[in-house]
Amino acid sequence: MDPECSRLLPALCAVLADPRQPVADDTCLEKLLDWFKTVTETESSLQLLQDHPCLVELLSHVLKPQDVSPRVLSFALRLAGAFAAQEDCFQYLQQGDLLLGLFGEAGALGWSAWSIPSVRSGWIQGLCALAHHPSALHFLADSGAVDTVFSLQGDPSLFVASAASQLLVYILALSMQGRDAGSPIPEVAAWPVCAQKIVSHVQESLHSTAAPQVTQALNVLTTTFGRCRSPWMEVLWGQLSPLVASLLKRDPIPAAHSLVDLLLSVARSPVLSSAACGPWEILAQTLHRLSPTQAGPLALGTLKLQRCPQELRTQAFGILLQPLACILKATAQAPGPPGLLDGTAGGSMTVDTLLSSKSACVGLLCQTLAHLEELQTLPQCPSPWPQEPLLDAAVIILRLCDGSADPSSSGAGRLCGTLAGCIRVQRAALDFLGTLSQGMSPQESMLQVFAILLKNLESPESSPTVLKKAFQATLRWLQSSVKTSGCSDLSPDALLFLGELFPVLQKRLCSPCWEVRDSALEFLTHLSQHWGGQADFREELQSSEVPMLACQLLQDPESYVRASAVAATGQLFSRGLQATPTSSENLQAQQGLLMDLMYILSTDSEGFPRRAVLQVFTQWLRDGHADVARDTEWFVTTVLQAVSRDLDWEVRVQGLELVQVFLTQTLGRFRPRCPYAVTLPEATSPTPHPEFLRTLCRLPLFEFVFRALFDCDRPVAQKACDLLLFLRDETAPSSGPQETRDGPNSASVEVALQRWQEGEQGQPLGDLEPEAMLALLRSLDLEGLQGKLAKSSDHIEKSPQSLLQDMLATVGMLEENEADCY
Amino acid sequence: VPNNPKSDMKLYCLSGHPTLPCNVLKFKSTTIMLDCGLDMTSTLNFLPLPLVQSPRLSNLPGWSLKDGSVFLDKELKECSGHVFVDSVPEFCLPETELIDLSTVDVILISNYHCMMALPYITEHTGFTGTVYATEPTVQIGRLLMEELVNFIERVPKAQSASLWKNKDVQRLLPSPLKDAVEVTTWRRCYTMQEVNSALSKIQLVGYSQKIELFGAVQVTPLSSGYALGSSNWIIQSHYEKVSYVSGSSLLTTHPQPMDQASLKNSDVLLLTGLTQIPTANPDGMVGEFCSNLALTVRNGGNVLVPCYPSGVIYDLLECLYQYIDSAGLSSIPFYFISPVANSSLEFSQIFAEWLCHNKQSKVYLPEPPFPHAELIQTNKLKHYPSIHGDFSNDFRQPCVVFTGHPSLRCGDVVHFMELWGKSSLNTVIFTEPDFSYLEALAPYQPLAMKCVYCPIDTRLNFIQVSKLLKEVQPLHVVCPEQYTQPPPAQSHRMDLMIDCQPPAMSYRRAEVLALPFKRRYEKIEIMPELADSLVPMEIKPGISLATVSAVLHTKDNKHILQPPPRPTQPTSSKKRKRVSEDVPDCKVLKPLLSGSIPVEQFVQTLEKHGFSDIKVEDTAKGHIVLLQEAETLIQLEEDSTHIICDNDETLRVRLRDLVLKFLQKF
Repeated sequence: MDPECSRLLPALCAVLADPRQPVADDTCLEKLLDWFKTVTETESSLQLLQDHPCLVELLSHVLKPQDVSPRVLSFALRLAGAFAAQEDCFQYLQQGDLLLGLFGEAGALGWSAWSIPSVRSGWIQGLCALAHHPSALHFLADSGAVDTVFSLQGDPSLFVASAASQLLVYILALSMQGRDAGSPIPEVAAWPVCAQKIVSHVQESLHSTAAPQVTQALNVLTTTFGRCRSPWMEVLWGQLSPLVASLLKRDPIPAAHSLVDLLLSVARSPVLSSAACGPWEILAQTLHRLSPTQAGPLALGTLKLQRCPQELRTQAFGILLQPLACILKATAQAPGPPGLLDGTAGGSMTVDTLLSSKSACVGLLCQTLAHLEELQTLPQCPSPWPQEPLLDAAVIILRLCDGSADPSSSGAGRLCGTLAGCIRVQRAALDFLGTLSQGMSPQESMLQVFAILLKNLESPESSPTVLKKAFQATLRWLQSSVKTSGCSDLSPDALLFLGELFPVLQKRLCSPCWEVRDSALEFLTHLSQHWGGQADFREELQSSEVPMLACQLLQDPESYVRASAVAATGQLFSRGLQATPTSSENLQAQQGLLMDLMYILSTDSEGFPRRAVLQVFTQWLRDGHADVARDTEWFVTTVLQAVSRDLDWEVRVQGLELVQVFLTQTLGRFRPRCPYAVTLPEATSPTPHPEFLRTLCRLPLFEFVFRALFDCDRPVAQKACDLLLFLRDETAPSSGPQETRDGPNSASVEVALQRWQEGEQGQPLGDLEPEAMLALLRSLDLEGLQGKLAKSSDHIEKSPQSLLQDMLATVGMLEENEADCY
Repeated sequence: VPNNPKSDMKLYCLSGHPTLPCNVLKFKSTTIMLDCGLDMTSTLNFLPLPLVQSPRLSNLPGWSLKDGSVFLDKELKECSGHVFVDSVPEFCLPETELIDLSTVDVILISNYHCMMALPYITEHTGFTGTVYATEPTVQIGRLLMEELVNFIERVPKAQSASLWKNKDVQRLLPSPLKDAVEVTTWRRCYTMQEVNSALSKIQLVGYSQKIELFGAVQVTPLSSGYALGSSNWIIQSHYEKVSYVSGSSLLTTHPQPMDQASLKNSDVLLLTGLTQIPTANPDGMVGEFCSNLALTVRNGGNVLVPCYPSGVIYDLLECLYQYIDSAGLSSIPFYFISPVANSSLEFSQIFAEWLCHNKQSKVYLPEPPFPHAELIQTNKLKHYPSIHGDFSNDFRQPCVVFTGHPSLRCGDVVHFMELWGKSSLNTVIFTEPDFSYLEALAPYQPLAMKCVYCPIDTRLNFIQVSKLLKEVQPLHVVCPEQYTQPPPAQSHRMDLMIDCQPPAMSYRRAEVLALPFKRRYEKIEIMPELADSLVPMEIKPGISLATVSAVLHTKDNKHILQPPPRPTQPTSSKKRKRVSEDVPDCKVLKPLLSGSIPVEQFVQTLEKHGFSDIKVEDTAKGHIVLLQEAETLIQLEEDSTHIICDNDETLRVRLRDLVLKFLQKF
C-alpha cells in the first residue's frame, strides 16, 4: 500500500465508523473493497492489519451494529471475509473473537439490520471469501453457519438465495479438499461431518414435494459438478443419481429446467461422464419424459457433448427433429420419399400437441429452428445430416407462414391458420434456411428455396425484419450455388433467379419504409462485392434500374439509408457498374458520383453518411480506382479539407486511415520496385525520397495530422500519433536530434503546435519545408505521447488514493453543510 | 314484468353482400332498416361508358349463340373471350319483396358507402319514415351519389338491353352472365332529383346521441373508426341491447377511433362490413402502392389509380405527401379528377370533430388537418371536375391520376384506360377492394399496361374481430354466411373466419332470421301515489312482496301503473258515464297465498285430525296424499294444490283449512 493511502486510511475508517457521517454512495464502498482485495492479493493481510490498527477498530466497531449503517455493515462483513481468506490473518482475527462476533449466531444474525438483503448478502459473501482453508472449515462447522446458509437458500432476495447455494458448494468442496490423493474415496457416510450435513440436506431437498426446494438442491449439484473435477464427485453422484432419477417419476416433473442444467453439467464433467454410474441412462430417460419444449435444450446440450454414446445422440437428435417431422408429416401431399425420423420412435408427436396453443407452437418452432441452426455449424453436428427433409421443412414452414401452403389435412389447415403471418417463425425459419445453404442440396431443392426466398422478398406482407432475414438468406444461398456449381460463376438456376430478383430489388429500393430501403441497399452492396466481376451478373444488373435507384437514394431523407446508398454506389462504382453505362456519359457520370460523395462529405448533417463516404474513398484509394488515381493529390487535399472540419471523431479517424493508405502508397512509389531483391529492409530506405517529402508538404496533410494529434477525442489523437510514428520511422529512422532543427520555419511551426496543444486551434501551421517537417517529427516526443494516450482518460481519477480522498471529501463537505445548518 | 315470449326479434336480410349490407330489424313494434348498400358489382357485366368516342369499344363484335342465332348481337358484345352487355350499367338492388318496405320506420346509416341504395328505398317503396346518419356520412354520401349520377348521365346511351334478361336466354349465355342473380330486378341509376329527395329525409345525428324511437327503443350511433362520420349503432330497450357493427376499423387512419366499450353487454351483435381482403395488411399494401408508383414514374410512365372520391384517397395522399420527396418525385404532377373532387378535398378539412385526435389538434394551430391542402398549395396536387376543360391544358406526363369509377365501367377512368392501356410503361394500381380487378379489366383486354393490385381495406380483419368479441362479449353473434367459413379460394385458412362461442348465426340474401333471444321483461312505471300505498311484507330475508291493484296504462310503448279508480258511487249513476271512466269494478280481493307444504308435517296434522290410513306417493312434480278410507286425494305440487273428493264439500273445506294452515297469506 502506498504511503499516501496509508496516511488517509485512519481518517477514512473513522468516517465509516461514524454513524453521523453516512456514506452516500454505495459504489465507493464497492471500489474500496475491490482495492482491498487487490492489495491482499500481493501483500500479507496480517501485516496490513498490524500496520493499520484502524482497520481492526473498524471491524470491532461493527460489532455494535446499532451505530452502523447497513451499507457499512455489509461492507465490513465482506472486508473481514477478504482478510480472513489468509489463514494467519484468520487466526489473528479469531483471537479477538472478532470473526465469531461478526459471522456467528451472536453476530449478524441477531442484528436488526439482518432483515436488509444487502446485509445478508454481505454475510454470505464474507463467508465465501474466507472459506479457503481448513481453519475456516472448523469455524464454519462450529459457528452453526451452515444451517443458516440452508435457510438462506430460500431467501426472498434472489441474490442472497443464489449466493447461499454458491456458499454451500464452496463449503462442500473445502471439506472434501485433500481427499483426492491416493486412497480411494470412502462412501458418503464416512465423509467429514460438514460435507455429510450438506449432502443430506441436498438429499432431503430432492425428496421434497415443493418445487423451489428441488430447484435449490439441483442448482447446488449443478454448480458442484460444474466447478470441481475431483474423484469424490463420483461417489456423490453415485449416491444421489437414484434420487434425481426418481424425480422423473413425478408428474409434472419438478424443476425441469434445473434438472436439464444438472444433467448437462454431469454429462460435461470428465470425471462423471466416464464413471460407472455415468449419466447416460438417466439422460435418455429424461429426454423421453420431458415435454418437447423442455427437452429441446437438453437434446441440444447432449448433441454438443464431446463424448456421448451414439444411441443417446440419435435419441436427442430425434427429439430435436420432432416438431419439424410433425410438420412434414401433417403437410405431406403423398407418402413420398422418406422424411425425417421415419421408422424411429421419436416421431410420436402429433399436430395436436404441437398446436395446443398458438404461443406454444410458435415458441417451440422458433426454439427448434434456432437449435438446429446452432447445431449445423458445430463440429459435433450429427452425421448423416438430414439436409433434404430439413430443407423441405424450412420451406414448408415459410409457406405456412405466408399462407401459400396447400394443406392436405385438417391438421395442416390448422397449422396454416396458426402460423399465417407469424413474423417470429418467419424470421427463425429464414435464418435456419440460410444456415442450411452450407450443406449439399439437390437441384430441385435449390429451385424450391429460390422460389420461397423470392416469394418472401416480393410479398407486400413481409415485414422489414423478415425482409432483412430474407436478404441474408438469399445471399447465403447464392454463395452456396457458386460452391455447388464448382466454379466461381453463378449456376444457371441462380442466374434465372437473379433475373427475377432485380425487379423485386427495384421495388424494395422504392419502399416508403426506410428499413426496407436500407436492407435492400446493403444486400446490393454484398451482391456486387461477390459477383461484381462476373459477366452474367453485370449484364443482369445493368439491364435493371437498380444502379440508378441506388444513386437516387444518396438523397434519401433517412441518414442510415444515405449511408447504405453511399456504400452501395461506391461498391458499384469500383466495379464499373454505375448507373449510366453509355460510354459518352461515362466519365461525367463517374465524376458525378465522386462529386456527389464529396458533397455528402462536406454537407451532410448526419455522421453515418459521412463515415460511409470516407470508407468508400479509402477503399477507392486502396484499390487504385481510376477516378482517384487520375489526380490523387487533388483528391486527398479535397477530402482532408472537408474532414478537418468534421465534428464526428469517427470521420476524423477514418480520415487518418485514408492518410495512412496514401502515405503507404506514395512511399511505395518512390521505393525501388523489386519485390524479389534479397536485401535487408534497412538497406531499402536509408533516406526518404526527396520527392516523397515534397509531396507530403504540398498537401495539407501535416496540418491535418498535427491537428489530429491534439484532438480532444482520444482515438483520433492515438491514431494520429501512430501515423506520425510510422512516418518518422519511415523518413528518419536512425537520426537523433543531432540534425539541424533550425530550418527556415520550423520554429514558427513549433510555436503553432504549442498553441494547438494548449487548445488554440485557430492559427494555421503555415507552409512547411521538408527539412522543417523532418526536424519537427524528430523533436516531438511521440513515444511519450503514445504512452499517455494509451491510458484511459480517467486513469488519474481511478487511483485508490483519489478514491480515498473523494470519500473523505464527500464526508467533509457534509460536515460543512452541517455546520452551516447550525 | 315478464313479457309475452312470442314477441321475438326478427332480422330480414335484404342484401347478400357482406360489406354492402341491408337488413331490417323488427324489434318491439319498431321496424328498423340497418344500412342500404348498393351492390354495384353487377356493372362489371356491362361495357364501359367512354367519355370520348372509342372506336375500339364501338367496333367490338356482337355475340352470337352457338347455333349461330344473332338476335342478341345488338345487346351483347364480345371482347377477348368475355361477353358484355352493351347498355347503361345497372345495379343489383336490395331485396324488395321480402318485407313491405313501406312499413320501415327508420333507416340507420353506418357509413357513406352503405347508403348508395337509399334513393331506391325512400323514393320507390312508399317509405315514410326517417333516415338517421351523421353529417359527414350525408355530405360525402351525397358526393358519391352525385359522382355516380354524373358519370352515368353525361354519357347518354340510347340502348337499354333487356332481351338477355329473359330466363330462357340467360341460361344460354356464357359465365358470368349466366350466373348473375335476379337480373330482372336490376335497375338503372337514380337521378339527382331522387338523390336530393332521398337525402332530404335524413336527420343528422352525432356520436353517442340517444334517439328515442316511439318510446320503445333507443338508438345511438358510435364512432366506428372506418371513415369520416362512420358509425356503429346500438339499438336498445330497457332490457335488451342489439349492437350493429358495420365497417369498423382499429387502425390509426384519419377518422375518430372506434368506440368499443359501448358495445359491451349486447344480447345480439350483428357483425357486417369486415375487410374484403383478410390476407392483405393495409400497411404492406400502401408500401406496395408507393413502390410501384415510384418505379413507374421514374421510367417515364403514368400511374392510374381508380378510386372513390373520398375515403382511402385521403390516406393515400397523406402517404404520398411524406413519400414523394424521399423518392425524388416532387416534380411529378398528381391529378385528382372527379365531378366532386373539389368538394371532397374541402369537406375533409372542415369535419374536424369527426377526425382522429392527431388531426383534430391541428385545427387549433391552426393548420389544415390533412396535408393535401399543402399539396394543392404547392401545385403538386391538382384537381379537376373532368378531363374536359382546364385539365387538358394543364395535363403533363408522366403523372399520377386519381379518378373514378373503381369498377372501370364509367367515369373519367375509362378514358385513361383507353389512352394509356397500350403502353407497358404505364401502370394501373387498384386500391379499392370492392371490385375484382381482373373482371374490371376484362373489357380492356388485351392490355399492355402493367396492373398492380394493392387493395387497401382498413376494416376489421378476423384477428381483430376475435379480439373485439372477446372484449365486448355479446351473447350472440349474427353475421353474413361468408364470415362463417374460410374464403373459397383459401379453404384451408381456418383463421379467416369468425370463431366464437356460441357459434355465430349466419344469414344470406332473402333470409329471415329469428334472433336467438326471447324478450322476457318490460319496464313498467308506478305512479308515486300508488307506490305510497303499497305495504311490502318480507316473506324471505331480502325479499318483500306487496299486492298491487292498479290500472295498467299503455301508450307509446310506455307502461304505467295508475291507482285504481275509487269504487263508483251508486248515487252518481244517473249521470252519463264517460268512456274514460269505464273501468272494471274492483272486487274485494281474496288474500294471496305463499309458501310450501311440508308433506310429513301435513300428514301428521291429518292424523291429528283423525284421518287414518294415509298413503303418500311421490310424483314427478310433488306428492299425492291418499286418504284411502275417505276415497280422497290431495295433490301437492310446486305451484298448485288440488283436493279431489267425491261431492263431500264439508270434507273438502276441512282439508282446505288444514292446507291453508301451512301457507302465508297477504
